[in-house]
Amino acid sequence: MEGAWEIAFVLFQVWLSIVVGLIVLPAMFGVSLGFTDIYIKVLVKTLEWATLRIQRGQKEQPTLPSQSANGIIEKDDGSMEEEIGELRRSHPKNLAGGDFTMCDAFYFCKKGIENIVEDQVTQRFTSEELASWNLLTRTNNNFRYISVRLTIIWGLGVFIRYCILLPLRITLAVIGLSWLVIGTTLVGLLPSSNAKNWLSDLVHITCYRICARGLSATIRYHNKENRPKKGGICVANHTSPIDIVILANDGCYAMVGQVHGGLMGVIQRSMVRSCPHVWFERSEMKDRHAVAKRLKDHIADKTKLPILIFPEGTCINNTSVMMFKKGSFEIGGTIYPVAIKYDPQFGDAFWNSAKNNMVSYLLRMMTSWAIVCNMWYLPPMTRQDGEDAVQFANRVKSAIAHQGGLVDLSWDGGLKREKVKESFKEEQQKMYSSMIVVNMNESLN
Amino acid sequence: MGLQGWRNVLALKTSKNNNRAAWQRAFPVPLSHSQITRLYSRFHSLDKGENGALSREDFQRIPELAINPLGDRIINAFFPEGEDQANFRGFMRTLAHFRPVEDNEKNKDLTSGEPLNSRTNKLLFAFRLYDLDRDDKISRDELLQVLRMMVGVNISDEQLGSIADRTIQEADTNGDMCISFSEFIKVLEKVDVEQKMSIRFLH
Repeated sequence: MEGAWEIAFVLFQVWLSIVVGLIVLPAMFGVSLGFTDIYIKVLVKTLEWATLRIQRGQKEQPTLPSQSANGIIEKDDGSMEEEIGELRRSHPKNLAGGDFTMCDAFYFCKKGIENIVEDQVTQRFTSEELASWNLLTRTNNNFRYISVRLTIIWGLGVFIRYCILLPLRITLAVIGLSWLVIGTTLVGLLPSSNAKNWLSDLVHITCYRICARGLSATIRYHNKENRPKKGGICVANHTSPIDIVILANDGCYAMVGQVHGGLMGVIQRSMVRSCPHVWFERSEMKDRHAVAKRLKDHIADKTKLPILIFPEGTCINNTSVMMFKKGSFEIGGTIYPVAIKYDPQFGDAFWNSAKNNMVSYLLRMMTSWAIVCNMWYLPPMTRQDGEDAVQFANRVKSAIAHQGGLVDLSWDGGLKREKVKESFKEEQQKMYSSMIVVNMNESLN
Repeated sequence: MGLQGWRNVLALKTSKNNNRAAWQRAFPVPLSHSQITRLYSRFHSLDKGENGALSREDFQRIPELAINPLGDRIINAFFPEGEDQANFRGFMRTLAHFRPVEDNEKNKDLTSGEPLNSRTNKLLFAFRLYDLDRDDKISRDELLQVLRMMVGVNISDEQLGSIADRTIQEADTNGDMCISFSEFIKVLEKVDVEQKMSIRFLH
């Protein structure tokens, strides 16, 4: 019995030294041994093969076409005026005044039914549907049994992901996070100096690099010359908590967020020891002026790291960018926009907080194939004269959406949980009223 | 949705041959296999309570529908008299009114009465948007209420009243100061109902 324990212990030591030697140490120095690249190449080939097989199988049995990027129903893009105008054209014109016709209701009716079948907003809060299956059960919406070979590959995939990759990734995550806590606490003991800042940056970056390896993350950075500088604000579209790991792999940022309890709280407290982050108590968050003041003070100090903010305020499924909250755009300072686009073929990075809590989300991440994403640094932007915070926010949002190939929506991400404001309905009513009353006045003159 | 209903849906999802007769018996609404499955997927995602039926709140959760001035009337069309839950069959039946009319050429086998998406039935759907108490005529009051929904607070009572009066005057042929369904059809006879009250699937 003891012999078995000794053997297990030795194996564990060997395992740990392999992991540290081949993965952790190179990660800390930003060196890649090429394992991940080979893995991704093999994966791409396998998935292409699987796609061909599925397509061949689909030709034999008629099956469902998947949702294209354009949606499932045709939609008229006309404005309310154009559409109702068309409706009224066939109706005999009335001379007594007023321009209401009963067929006006058709416009609202059709729009309503279209939105019941497919709308622009609710689809952003669930994972994106894939064009072709990537051999993960969780994305299997409409794909059925095709062939024995495919099932075997899928089974092999399950084994690899759960029995080989998962333990490896968990080990790396544990190592990474412990290193973060221990390292930042140690650095925190030093007196303030340039050396301390340099060490703090080193600890942060190495920890995030280890965590990135822990997700088999392949990140392609574009336009590194636009990287955020100190005293600036970095804004990005938000898909999941992993965005932080992705961003922090290539630079050091001051994080902004709520104070949490538990493990998160421990990490937050130790991070703050080595360099200033901005953590808010829950009560402080409600006071917008206090929040704005703290952020302003932070960016005014040019020695502090750039702040990282996700203005959407919630996780969106990486097919679109939703309304940016204007708070971060009122503070002043230079905005450094960043666009992040994940490749859904290798793993779905979106955190659906209604369906998964943090732990099950991380498990899903660690049992995906990999996280592959592109990150674009956009040129810095500042508020122009005559532009208010909302317009500025929309301008930044459009730039990010355009770069990342995402749909630019002005709907609020908060609609995930809250009801839409009445004022939008009132806007619609006002628009319609102007189509009746204007003509009425014209005919009375 | 009862057990038979679930069996039907399961049969849809796993049927290897496109057995149209079988699922047409289940859903007396001629939509294609892929269209029905798409709609079932949508129904399921709207059904937050996961109890196989939609409530009015489930519909209100669609932001673009919630801001539609006639949103409440449209949602009401999915709920038969006095009921608060819309099952999948009812959901499909209501949506079937909006199938394009040309689809009927492909489905000549389904001749049990007039198809739900005929011009007349589309007009009936619109008529019922106005007919609040379902008594088969639109009274001045009902017209005023619906007008008020569409314009909000932007038009005065008097202006709205005169619009309603004029509309009824135009349409009413038998002098009862209400608009019956046949009068409704007559007024809108030149409108391209087939085009304006149809939803086209991309596949």
